[in-house]
Amino acid sequence: MKNRREFLKTAATGAVLLSSQSKLGLAAILDQHAETAKSRVVIARDPALHGQNGQLDEKHVLDLLDRAIAAYTGRDHPVEAWKRIVPMDKVIGLKTNGLGGKGISTHVALVLAISERLQQAGVKPGNILVWDRNARDLEACGLTISTDPGRVRCYGSDVAGFEDQPAAFGAAVNVKLAKILTRECDMVIGLPILKDHEMSGVTFAMKNMYGVVQRPQELHPGGCNPGVADLNCIPVVRAKVRFTIGDAMTSVYDGGPGFHPERLWQPNALIVGEDRVALDHTAWQIIERKRAEAGLPTLEAAGRPPRYIATAADQAHKLGFNDPQRINLLEV
Amino acid sequence: MIFRSKSWMLAAVAVAVVTVAATGCKKAQVDAFPASGAVAGWDKTSDTRVFAPKDLYQYIDGGADQYISAGVVSTSTSDYKYQGQLEATVDVYTMGDAAGARKILETDLTKDAKTVQLGDAGVAYAQSVIFRKGPYLVRIVAYESTPGTPQALLALAHGVEAKL
Repeated sequence: MKNRREFLKTAATGAVLLSSQSKLGLAAILDQHAETAKSRVVIARDPALHGQNGQLDEKHVLDLLDRAIAAYTGRDHPVEAWKRIVPMDKVIGLKTNGLGGKGISTHVALVLAISERLQQAGVKPGNILVWDRNARDLEACGLTISTDPGRVRCYGSDVAGFEDQPAAFGAAVNVKLAKILTRECDMVIGLPILKDHEMSGVTFAMKNMYGVVQRPQELHPGGCNPGVADLNCIPVVRAKVRFTIGDAMTSVYDGGPGFHPERLWQPNALIVGEDRVALDHTAWQIIERKRAEAGLPTLEAAGRPPRYIATAADQAHKLGFNDPQRINLLEV
Repeated sequence: MIFRSKSWMLAAVAVAVVTVAATGCKKAQVDAFPASGAVAGWDKTSDTRVFAPKDLYQYIDGGADQYISAGVVSTSTSDYKYQGQLEATVDVYTMGDAAGARKILETDLTKDAKTVQLGDAGVAYAQSVIFRKGPYLVRIVAYESTPGTPQALLALAHGVEAKL
């Protein structure tokens, strides 16, 4: 039995190349966003995700991913499910989040599991680009830098750089975007890690996009509101970041976004969907429940409610739904 | 004579101010990181990285704000490994004064904190040790929880404290 790393190595040699497919499978699922419909969000859990030694079990992670994607797409077979999510002949970016450093970054086991399924679905290894701000962030996830076009690529904006021409939406002005987003990727799957955030309250799907701009600190005022919503409304961000597989296998419920081992917990979950607002609303509720369990005040009482979520749902942004009545939450 | 005495006094004051300033500068740049082997079992496994307040977001993103508000002057960080296995990171925040360090430490406390004898005040958890000494706030975190982790972290913390 090959482990994930061995599988990717084999796949990178071209041994697992399936036929390409140009149709965007997501179109079939996007009817969730019709006026009267709801946005689908899946939370898949596995209490046995971490072994007795506290380490993630790679096989369990792959199974959990399959379960989440099956529930989201309605297709039991993982490869068929993935064919509905990604275009086969395009470059698929996997935007990780390693800013919190080792211990509270997107888990490498998840990245490898997704890369494996993408290749089985027919995406060429070189068309999978795992990326983040820089090498340090990627290495914090346990990833290794690679620019080899024949393999799954993995590098940051410290290699690819940022656009000279700034983009803007609302208060997010003079935003220089990562060239990996603007020039290299046709579609991006966000792989945030669920965290409490000292300023924005919660960081998950939308806040993960702070890693695609050169000077994210300029979007932090006001508890990152409206910075998060505005950034996600920049056309190339809105258009290309089309799916999120949120890592809630290990999370931090207070003191984030950095690594605070005394405030970690293991929800042992993946949170999956297209509607970034619905995803963040769902993530927020999970953080609040854990804070209540730990005897901590709500984020509102702590002075840092994630107001950007409602802003992202408003008429000026229309990025998705934050109304629980418009969120079809499936827990599997 | 009085004039000469005043001049002498002014000169002395100037020298004192310069000395204090120089000491302050020296303190801000103190190397708090024990070399490999200086603390039994611990190896320093990375270069020390230093962040000015304006660049702190590059290291801790939104976490930077509370340190900046408390008057951080510079932040240094380095990675360590214990007996070739247990990985840890040491962060040394040099604050403008002891009050800044106290503010951060008190904000960081949780109900699980166990008081330890380190610097002016310190606490320990299963995977981390936090203490302050004068204007310095030190945070040491381990990336794995083993039965020996708390003891190993405490030893490293004492090694850092001795260099401050």
